[in-house]
Amino acid sequence: MLQQLEELKSKALRELESIDNIKELDSWRVHYLGKKSSLTTILRGLATLSLNERKTVGARANQVKTNLEDSLGQKEQALREAQLAAGTEKEVIDISLPGRPLPIGRLHPITQTLNEIGDIFTSMGFQIVEGPDVEWDYYNFEALNIPKEHPARDTMSTSWVETNRGERPMLLRTHTTAVTARVIEGMEPPIRVIEPGKVYRYEASDATHVPMFHQIDGLAVDKGITMADLKGTLYEFARRFFGEERKVRFRCDYFPFVEPGVEMAIECLVCNGKGCRLCGNSGWIEILGAGMTHPQVLERGGIDPEVYQSFAFGIGIERLPMLRYGIDDVRLFFSSDLRFLRQF
Amino acid sequence: MKVPLKWLREYVDVTLPPVELAEKLTMAGIEAKGTQVIGGKWENIVVGQIVAINPHPNADRLRLPTIDLGTEQQTVVCGAPNLKIGDKIAFARVGTELIDGHTGQLMRLKSARIRGVESSGMVCSEKELGISDSHEGILVLPPEALVGTPLADYLGDVIFDLDITPNRPDCLCVIGIAQEVAALTAQSLHPPEVSYEEFPPPIEQQIAIEIADPDLCSRYCASLITGVKIAESPPWLQQRLLACGMRPINNIVDATNYVMLELGQPLHAFDYEKIKGKKIIVRRATNGEIIVSLDGVERTLSHDMLVIADAERAVALAGVMGGANSEVTDDTTAILLEAANFNPASIHYTSHQLALPSEASMRFERGIRPELTVPALKRATQLMMQLAGGQAARGVADVYPGKREPEPILLSADKVKQLLGVEFNLDQIVNILTSLGFTCQPAGSTSEVWVTAPYWRSDIQQAVDLIEEVARIIGYDKIPMTMLSEPLPQQNPEPVLSLKRKTRGILVGYGFQEVITYSLTSLEMLNKLTPEAHPLEPIPLRVANPMTADQEYLRTTLRANLLAVLTSNRRHEEGGIRLFELGKIYLPRPKDLPGEPEILCGLLSGARLEKSWQGDSGSLDFFDAKGVVEGLLNQSGVAASFKPSDDESFHPVKQAAIVVNNNRLGVIGELHPKVAEAFDIIEAVYLFEINVTDLLPFTIDHKMFQPIPRFPATVRDIALIVDTSVSHQQVMDIIKSFSLVNQVAIFDVYSGAQVPPGKKSLAYRISYQSPTHTLTDEEVNKVQQQILNKLSQQLGATLRT
Repeated sequence: MLQQLEELKSKALRELESIDNIKELDSWRVHYLGKKSSLTTILRGLATLSLNERKTVGARANQVKTNLEDSLGQKEQALREAQLAAGTEKEVIDISLPGRPLPIGRLHPITQTLNEIGDIFTSMGFQIVEGPDVEWDYYNFEALNIPKEHPARDTMSTSWVETNRGERPMLLRTHTTAVTARVIEGMEPPIRVIEPGKVYRYEASDATHVPMFHQIDGLAVDKGITMADLKGTLYEFARRFFGEERKVRFRCDYFPFVEPGVEMAIECLVCNGKGCRLCGNSGWIEILGAGMTHPQVLERGGIDPEVYQSFAFGIGIERLPMLRYGIDDVRLFFSSDLRFLRQF
Repeated sequence: MKVPLKWLREYVDVTLPPVELAEKLTMAGIEAKGTQVIGGKWENIVVGQIVAINPHPNADRLRLPTIDLGTEQQTVVCGAPNLKIGDKIAFARVGTELIDGHTGQLMRLKSARIRGVESSGMVCSEKELGISDSHEGILVLPPEALVGTPLADYLGDVIFDLDITPNRPDCLCVIGIAQEVAALTAQSLHPPEVSYEEFPPPIEQQIAIEIADPDLCSRYCASLITGVKIAESPPWLQQRLLACGMRPINNIVDATNYVMLELGQPLHAFDYEKIKGKKIIVRRATNGEIIVSLDGVERTLSHDMLVIADAERAVALAGVMGGANSEVTDDTTAILLEAANFNPASIHYTSHQLALPSEASMRFERGIRPELTVPALKRATQLMMQLAGGQAARGVADVYPGKREPEPILLSADKVKQLLGVEFNLDQIVNILTSLGFTCQPAGSTSEVWVTAPYWRSDIQQAVDLIEEVARIIGYDKIPMTMLSEPLPQQNPEPVLSLKRKTRGILVGYGFQEVITYSLTSLEMLNKLTPEAHPLEPIPLRVANPMTADQEYLRTTLRANLLAVLTSNRRHEEGGIRLFELGKIYLPRPKDLPGEPEILCGLLSGARLEKSWQGDSGSLDFFDAKGVVEGLLNQSGVAASFKPSDDESFHPVKQAAIVVNNNRLGVIGELHPKVAEAFDIIEAVYLFEINVTDLLPFTIDHKMFQPIPRFPATVRDIALIVDTSVSHQQVMDIIKSFSLVNQVAIFDVYSGAQVPPGKKSLAYRISYQSPTHTLTDEEVNKVQQQILNKLSQQLGATLRT
């Protein structure tokens, strides 16, 4: 019996040695280790043997079985590695070929900028509100201390919407500050809002002027809001939008709806303050107008200026991506030229 | 406003270099747009005197002047026609940088031999010096110029170009800027002193003044000077006017302009002899009244405009421009000088209506103070007598119906701190205000003060105005930066904002490029969208003052702009184009602002994918557009159905309405070939349009969790033969009506040789699933048979075998 086992083992190992593909391994396994194999028969027949024989033959048979199983495992692994090595060579791909094309969409650079600024201010607790593009004269001008024949109207050439004689004058808003006037009238303090949107001017197009562009106005109303808060808030915006290193300057300026009035400028991105054509040799580029909301404007909108203080600001949007990307013609934003839009 | 440094120095000691002074003014609200240095490169130019002129031996047009430079004499070659012995001139030595009179380029002066005569140096024209464009002759200096002194000492200057904000008309003059400089640099102001001899009879006996419309004229003052002699102004005066951008005319007119630039009050000189009835009436014009203004233009006036009239006719457009009929001419001998104050809105209206902006109207419309009239009138009267001789009549005529006492404003250090967020003590505050000419009087407590604005400031009404003065003089950089410390206000973000942002994100994810087009368009563009001409519905809102014909109407659709974008890009783009815009359209409403719904419009055209080495992917079609819409709505949680549609801009049978809960929210389709043609488009274009504003209410329903099925699904495929008129949706609706049907998908649509004529084959994969148990084959067979029966009964469908 032992002899039979030894012969079986050497025959099996010889055959295993000569196998060169994984499929044959399986029939080998069935033949030598399967339910109907001689080894299994021997193991099953152990019960008929004497106790002594059972011990020696049984131990040996199990050794042979383990031995064959291990050899099978090693052989299988060797064959798989060989197969992989052989296959890899055949399956080489040219990784420099382009991937399957997918259409690539992009947001308009103005939308990207509006989103970016919106995110900065919403993280400071400002909520986004919008107002109408076509606006009453009242919210665009009168409510903001700009009555008829006020010289400030000259700086915002207005496109008027045709109405019937005697009807309220309607216009295309010249600034998103019109939304500020609506918010003051319609919301209860405390207020922190930003107001993005399109604005319009009666102006001929050139590289620096377009009849329609975008602004974001902002407003904060609460007890105890100060000009220091205004500076801090705007600085935070500039720091996050232009980066930590970019110097910021606040100077006195005039807007009829604020007092004191503020202009914020950043150090020129082209010359870093040395003076160049872009900044008109001043080294500074005006980014926004701001100030402490004029008491009359608050009062007109139903907010008591003795109780509440407020700041307001307005940012021109097109300028920002122009500065950041070095775009030299504002008309490109509205040209819808894919060769332009695809760059952002 | 241009301010020469030398002039400024007459009223204030300037202690800072010009660049730093410009910076200080800018920070305080008076922006220096530019600082022009005159004579910065004049180190080799000196004052010389022509002592001899000899002819050039070889040229008729050239001469050889000999110039005395004090220490030496130089003879040079010169072509100027105005050489005169004894004249003082500007002499440039060799090596000086000058502007070439012919080319306008900078050049360095070298010795030269001109027609055989050596010339080392040059007698300069204004153009060569960079003062003006005049190059007809050399610059002749006033006789008082000292020979040998550097020209820069004599003519050099720094001109500040200042941008004055509309609230500060008091800064539209040199003394106003001097006041600012004094406050900003802790210097004191030295205003010009005025005194002159007056002669009887009193002015009241020689002119009568009546203000008929005191609402438009709060004050009218006049002086009278007789026996004047009209002449050119002296060079120093002409130079100053030129430096400030004004043209010298004669000594009288120049004196009015000079005092306006000095003190900020516009003045007007009438020829007294031409004032009929010796009477001045300030009144509204009559409708259609005509006046010829000083520029020689005949102007027709309306009742909203104010004129200065004599007993018979209008003699000036009040505050805007004088009239030709009362103009000062060379023969004038008596001057009636006006200093008045007019209603700013009225002046603004008149100068804009007549398109006649002037230095005077610009000051009046910003609201200068009536208190300025008398000081300016006296200063100009004095100057005129200096320049033109004559005698001033006794006193000034002064009619002042609009007199108001200045009201003091209570200011406290607390209030300053409260607004600025930083503390200044009352002494600091009082010092700053005093340096600007404000008067401060003690108030009840030691932390408060009564402040009265100086008479020239028209922009100070309340405490915040004073606080701005304090802040800007101390410097905004002295105010700290703090973050808002109040509790966050309640946030109620508008849902439409997040829907818009999400929609844009989804479309970008689907490969669409966002565009932003103008809200204004033309009827021509909108009409292109209608294959058969008919009036537009709705009629778009029109801009009353369009800048161009293509921007005259407010858009009522985004389609036209998007199609134009396709056309323009097709000039340089091949391949697939996917575009969208999400923006407002403007729908007129009677007697109200228009409705401004947010519309999404998308456009697809061309190849589905860019040409690839892995093969062609075909052209974009209706179902690409529909896939985008379905995906978008699905991601927004909206269940939509698609119904036949009859939008005229679309292909009659290749369009579908997007319907949500019986509301038509949009449309998808292929562009009508005629519309495509109108936009010069030769390819098939697919558009989709969704009213995002109307979609919003359907997107905010909360999604409900559905448990993940615990039991396996059984999948069966069926192929049906139906009439071609039967739609997929009809089949779908029936299959889906069975509760064990979990999912259905169509995977084949066929019509052709394999099916009978008039029929088509639709193949569906149906997934059956029960939430309670594993379905048996028998159960599935039973349901499927019921489905087939219903399809057969209702749609005549048969199973394809």
